[in-house]
Amino acid sequence: MLLELKGLQVNYGGIRAVKGIDLVVREGELVCLIGANGAGKSTTLRAICGLLPAAAGSIRYAGQDTAGAPVHELPRRGLVMAPEGRGIFAQLTVEENLAMGAYTRSDAGVARDLERQYEIFPRLKERRTQTAGTLSGGEQQMLAIGRALMARPKLLLLDEPSMGLAPRLVAKIFEIVREIARQGVTILLVEQNARRALEVANRGYVMESGSITLAGEAQGLLENPKVREAYLGETA
Amino acid sequence: MDIFVQQIINGLTLGAVYAIVALGYTMVYGIIQLINFAHGEVVMIGAMVSFTIINALAAAGLPPLAVVLIGAGCAIPVCMLVGYAMERMAYRPLRLAPRLAPLITAIGVSIILQHLAMLVWSRNVLAFPQIIPLTTYTFLGATITGVQITILGLCLAMMAGLALLVYRTRLGTAMRATAQNPQVARLMGVDVNRVIAATFIIGAGLGAVAGVMVGTYYGVAQYTMGSVLGLKAFAAAVLGGIGNIPGAMVGGLLLGVVEALGAGYIGDLTDLCRYGLGPAASCADGGHFVLFGSNYQDVFAFVVLILVLVFRPSGLLGERVGDRA
Ligand SMILES: Nc1ncnc2c1ncn2[C@@H]1O[C@H](COP(=O)(O)OP(=O)(O)OP(=O)(O)O)[C@@H](O)[C@H]1O
Ligand SMILES: [Mg+2]
Repeated sequence: MLLELKGLQVNYGGIRAVKGIDLVVREGELVCLIGANGAGKSTTLRAICGLLPAAAGSIRYAGQDTAGAPVHELPRRGLVMAPEGRGIFAQLTVEENLAMGAYTRSDAGVARDLERQYEIFPRLKERRTQTAGTLSGGEQQMLAIGRALMARPKLLLLDEPSMGLAPRLVAKIFEIVREIARQGVTILLVEQNARRALEVANRGYVMESGSITLAGEAQGLLENPKVREAYLGETA
Repeated sequence: MDIFVQQIINGLTLGAVYAIVALGYTMVYGIIQLINFAHGEVVMIGAMVSFTIINALAAAGLPPLAVVLIGAGCAIPVCMLVGYAMERMAYRPLRLAPRLAPLITAIGVSIILQHLAMLVWSRNVLAFPQIIPLTTYTFLGATITGVQITILGLCLAMMAGLALLVYRTRLGTAMRATAQNPQVARLMGVDVNRVIAATFIIGAGLGAVAGVMVGTYYGVAQYTMGSVLGLKAFAAAVLGGIGNIPGAMVGGLLLGVVEALGAGYIGDLTDLCRYGLGPAASCADGGHFVLFGSNYQDVFAFVVLILVLVFRPSGLLGERVGDRA
């Protein structure tokens, strides 16, 4: 079990945003977490990264409880998040953004990994010396994913990588996510685009106002009438 | 004509020092949006520590350059420690507080440091011993001293070194990333607390050298010297665009030149006799009746500060708000 949440609760002041959820991600899996706006998906990811404290319950990553671990420690242990809204460093160049992804690394493979990102995302190579703020939304998203990959993650948390992108780019992003998973990176994918997410995932969780209401094999969820009605825009 | 060149030279010398001090303000502001009003006191402590050492060694018969270098070598670590301590004890606990709280704290730290310095060094003016022989060179009809050349060269070297650090190293990239988005920087594995501490330490180290230079230049140091110098450097940082590193360099040099030219010409320009307005008794036989003398030199920095704040608050090289991702 690479990641295991047990009874996780997360609060914002007095507001309980995550109300005691259980969730596991096994090594090599691509798991998606879907749900409507405000369901608590990003809050869950922020708690996993240590950006928010757990009010109750536990988070275990690679067999260790993460409580009290500083945020900057987790990437060193292979837990890396590409946050919602991309969070690129707008005034750093594309290449500097990628270098920041490898901030925790000092091994000889960094230069090779940089070239790999440029192979996956040729647009980034063309714009390597440009400040990242001048990139288009889609390019910024690719940069955010490439930057996360530069850390050589064991577990990659992706928060809505398809947000705000044109359909053609959305398809491309999901293709890339699938490819990253195929190369052995374990992924927890948060998405609004439930159909696409379930199509690439092995398993899925459905979150509704702070609680997990459904969980199972991705294929099964795709066929589940409740999911079809609420998240795939089909009438039962 | 020579007075023009002369004032440019004098202005660039002081301006280079302002730039070095302004960098301390702007780096800290860039990373935690705090105007560290105590930075001027760090510069003062640098001058006081180095003067103490230099005076103690003045009679030892060492070469003057070695004496000054030892003085600076002692001032730098002391100031770095002061910079680190103020971040750790005064500002870090307030990192999440409303912005006014650390600002007022900075003023408090400034008062505390100034009075600590008064207790250590008394109210007396420390004088720089006569150890550096006056060497002068003539340049375009103006005089430039060896000390001026040294100060200018050293400041330019420090600016180049800082630019290399900030734009070419891992720490520098982490500093810029933290300045833009500390939350995401943490997600990339940056220990934001350490980066902020490093920023204070680097700024204080630069401030220490600036203190040694300005003290050597004027030949005196006193526990109050940090206030006006700090405010001028702050004005320089605002002129260049607070938070912007090249801006602090440009702003410092420009402010020094404006100040020197202002001081050089204000007497002439406000001589009422020129305009036939002065009292006849004073103006007779080519006499003068000067309204504002060069002792108004300090005013220019603040006039510039006000003009910038009114007409271009983002400064010359300042970034638009909203550039943050
Ligand atoms: N900083 C905050 N302070 C207070 N409440 C917050 C904060 N951030 C989020 N919330 C609330 O917590 C709940 C869960 O928010 P969260 O961002 O986790 O939702 P989400 O599932 O990621 O939604 P979306 O799909 O729109 O990104 C929402 O009701 C939101 O209003
Ligand atoms: Mg979200």
